[in-house]
This record gives sequence, structure tokens and C-alpha cells, in this order.
Amino acid sequence: MKKLLAVAAVLALLAGCASTPKEESKAAVEDRSPTTAVPSQPGVTTVVPVAPTGDQLPNALKDPNNILSKRSLYYDYDKYDVKDEYKPLLQAHARFLAQNPKFKMLIQGNCDERGSREYNIALGQKRADGVKKMLLLMGAQESQLESVSLGEEKPRCTEATEACYGENRRSDMLYGGEY
Amino acid sequence: MRFAIRSVLLLLLLACATAQAQLSIEITGGGANQIPVGVLRFVGEEALPQSISDIVEADLQRSGRFRMLFAGNVTPLPSEVPQVDFGTWKSRNADALVIGSIVRLADGRFEARFRLLDVPKQTQIGGVAFTLTAQQVRTTAHRIADIVYEKLTGDRGVFSTRIAYVVKQGSRFELQIADADGAGPQTALASREPIMSPAWSPDGTRLAYVSFENKKPVVYVHSLVSGQRQVVANFKGSNSAPAWSGDGKQLAVVLSKDGGSQIYLIGADGSNPRRITNSGAIDTEPFFAPDGQSIYFTSDRGGSPQIYRMSQSGGEAARVTFDGSYNVSPRVSGDGKTLIYISRDGGRFQLKALDLASKQGQALTDGQHDESPSFAPNGKMILYATQTNNRGSLAAVSSDGRVKQRLSVQAADVREPAWGPFFNN
Repeated sequence: MKKLLAVAAVLALLAGCASTPKEESKAAVEDRSPTTAVPSQPGVTTVVPVAPTGDQLPNALKDPNNILSKRSLYYDYDKYDVKDEYKPLLQAHARFLAQNPKFKMLIQGNCDERGSREYNIALGQKRADGVKKMLLLMGAQESQLESVSLGEEKPRCTEATEACYGENRRSDMLYGGEY
Repeated sequence: MRFAIRSVLLLLLLACATAQAQLSIEITGGGANQIPVGVLRFVGEEALPQSISDIVEADLQRSGRFRMLFAGNVTPLPSEVPQVDFGTWKSRNADALVIGSIVRLADGRFEARFRLLDVPKQTQIGGVAFTLTAQQVRTTAHRIADIVYEKLTGDRGVFSTRIAYVVKQGSRFELQIADADGAGPQTALASREPIMSPAWSPDGTRLAYVSFENKKPVVYVHSLVSGQRQVVANFKGSNSAPAWSGDGKQLAVVLSKDGGSQIYLIGADGSNPRRITNSGAIDTEPFFAPDGQSIYFTSDRGGSPQIYRMSQSGGEAARVTFDGSYNVSPRVSGDGKTLIYISRDGGRFQLKALDLASKQGQALTDGQHDESPSFAPNGKMILYATQTNNRGSLAAVSSDGRVKQRLSVQAADVREPAWGPFFNN
């Protein structure tokens, strides 16, 4: 049925105002219609993302005095290893995940803006994978964790300064409902 | 026939497009051995909504391969060969001359006839008549410029091709498609989350890209004919870097589902993913070589990101770039002879070209922030992203580095360009 409709639409348009090559017999010019097929999408597809609904999360994850409210790890340029200073943070989250097996976490790796966008996706992935690996070693379950990369596409800070770049070389840990 | 119907439908849709913020183009530099050409106003072109000869002239000028001779003062305007004052054009050292005429037809459409003349020989070397509507002036002008370009240079023209790119305006991202000269931009996809890595299918009817609308990178294929799109890769982890195989049936994509970013082949409909790299390192940015045999990609398996080549079925990879500690984003020209890529030199990211036979390398720009290069289908120009006044903009450079163009949109960040293929009809 869809196909029929599409054909009907094409025919209707053809009947409406299509250009057809005219027979032209004068010497020394070829006759053509100007139809280099230039595809053009029929309309704009608009994506409306679903908003996070993180209100039922336990207070421990939101209380600024609780280590579990800390969700970010930072990196040096071109590096993806988890620095020692973040091990207590990861331990706390691994313990929370182990004690709350229904909770899921999305780990998003980020990069500063320098270099190839696609290579930065891979670099951010390595950062997020490193966090995931450590959380698994510390007791979280594979089924609770997904590590993904945002590359340089979602910078938290947009100035071309070292401070800003450092802010953007980051992994974020988000619980289900927060993204 | 199917193609003809599709073409017509597409043109009609194009004609109905609304005007939007357009890329404006600034040209610097000039090619060697430019061919001196005069483009005369077409007799009767005032009947059209815009000057067809101006668009032909601007196309030829932009390519950098012609020296345009001033032709605004010719009276009376010739439309046929015997009316041409060859003596004057010879004395101005013109190699070629474009003349033409526009006639309004009884049904309201127009006929555009043009002739390309060899001035020294005083002969016609090309001529075509087109029937067009008032909305098809640009399309027809690009077709004429393509014919002139090919007759005079021996290379196929790319004036009728299209480009895709991503515009970021505030928190809104749009995947847009425009004519190769930046005119007639249309939005294929609008989102509040980033869009990246658009890649044209070989027949120019589909775009693969990465969208972050699900808070992670997912690969889609979007039909430009129907507007429908399909998820091609949405596995656990990240899905990115789509590249089309030469037959348009498969994509190479980068997936992290099995740990680390690795290259997989997958059907263009998302079927049958199979892994073709197996390293503990980053393997990304696959690109199918035009020989149909190999894939170029970026890997840090040697300790720093470099470009490698391997068989499309996987197996051993050979390192291709050796100079410097950061060489990424490989693309190969249609004739398979030239590799272009982005190289970090100090803190600069520059577009470079490598002759694959002689291994001779060349910096094509003096840029600081070049990225995402893509060849025009005739291999003569390279479109890439750069920065102007801290904002993303597009630029193009001839494959010999001599002619440079800058394309910008006012008050928006433009990035991720991809030059579309030729259309065979």
C-alpha cells in the first residue's frame, strides 16, 4: 500500500509540473533536460529527545556531602588511565551498585576539542571503558554498566584554554533516570 | 526510467525548498596554467529570475582552473557562431568562449541553449539545449558549467554535486545538504543532540551518520528520497564512524560492544555485523579504498595514532603514515593515487596529502584546526572543516594546494563536511 501511495505521489507530481526534454532538431546542439538527479529530502526530520526523570533516586546519590554525589573523573591530555585519586570514588560507586543490583549506570567518556572528532570518540570510549573495568573489579555487575563515548561533542566548557580542556577530559557516571 | 522519475521528483522537491542561511564563499589563490575563458551573457536571459551566465561564470571561477575574461561590454550579444567577433577575443588571448540564449516556451518554461567555442580555431566544441522551469536556473547553470569544465580540462565537473555538513546554532544541530557552491541548503535532520560523521552512499541517495539523540553515539542511514531513516548500529557501547563500501551494500562502522573501539562490517540495513579488526588498541575512521580491495583506518596500535591499510576481509594491516605522532582521518582519491589526512604538527592540525606511489607528502594548508577532509568526486578539490574567529567553518583547497576557498554561514558553527558523489544519468 505504501508503495502504491508513493507511486501515486510521483505520478501526481509528474502530471503537475514535471519537465520533459523537448525534441530539438536544430543542428549542433544536443538536447537535454536539466535533470542531473539532485536528491533532496522531502522534509526535515526533527528529533525530540526524552528528558531524564531522575526524581526517584535515593538521596545518597544526590547529597553533596556523600561521595556518591561525585560523578566525574578527569584525565591528562591524550591519557585514559584512571588516576589513583579517583579510586575511593569508584569504590563507593561499585559498592552502591553491588548493594543495589537493580540500579544501572551509564559511563560517558569525554575529550577536549583538539583532534579528530571520530578519534576522540574512540579516546572517550577508552576512558569510559577504563572506569567500567575498574567498577567491575570492585564488585559491580556487567549487566549494570554501559560505557559509551561522547567524544568532543558535548563540551562542558567551550573556551580554547587549558583549564577548559582539562574540564572536558572527563568521564561522567550517570545512574538510570539521570540521562 | 525509475531513475528519471526519481530525478524529476527530486527536482520538484528541490524547487519547493525554502531559502535558508546560505554558505558564502570566498576564494583566494589561483591555479597554475589557468585557461582564459569568456562567458557572455545569454541573449534573452533577463526573462529568467536570475542570470544563468553569472552562475556559470562563478562556477568556473571558483574551480580556480580558469582565468575569467571580462565579457560584460559585448554588444550586440551573439547567440550563434557566425555572430561572434573572434578577432577581438583572439586579441584578448581567449582560449574559449561561452555563448547562449534563453527563449520562453509556450508552456511557460524556458529553453536554454549554449555553445562552447574554441577561439583560436573559431569552431564550436560543445553545445546543449535544456528545457527548464524558472526554478531550475541554478541546476541548469551547473550542468552547463560541468560541460564547459570537462571539455576544457578533460576532468569531470563537480558543479552539479552536493555537499552535506552539520550546523550548530545555539543548542540546535542540523544536518544540511546544499549545492556544491553552498546554495540551496536544506535540512535533513534537526536535533538538540550532536550529529556527526555524515557519509554519502555511492549513489548519493542516502546519508549514514552518527546521532547522539539517545545519549550515546548511534549510526543511522537516512534516505534523502523518502526522508525515512533507519538505525543501522545501536549496540551496547558506542557506534560510530560509518563508511560506505563501493557497492553501497555494506558499511564499515566502529563498535565498542566487544570492548575497545574496533572496526566491523555491517549490512546497510544493519544486518550481519562482523568484526574485521582485532587489536587491543583503538581502530577507527575506516574508509573503503576505491580499488574495492582495501580499507584505510586510524589506529594507535603502534603507540600513536597513525593510518593503516588492510584487506576488506580483515587480516594483517600495513602502516601507511610514519612522519609525526598524530595522523588521522584518512581519505583516498577516486583514482586511488592520493591519500589525504589530518596531521598534528606541534599544536597545529593540518590537512596533508600523500602520493601513495612515491610516498611524497605535502601540506595542503597552513591551517591550525583542520579536520574531516573529503574529496570532490573528481579528486580535484578537498572540502574540510576548519575554524575562523573561534567558530567552525568549512574550507576547500585544490588537490595541488594552490586554490583555496572558505565557506561560512553567518552566526553559526559549521562542521563535518562531506562531498557527495557524481550523479550518473
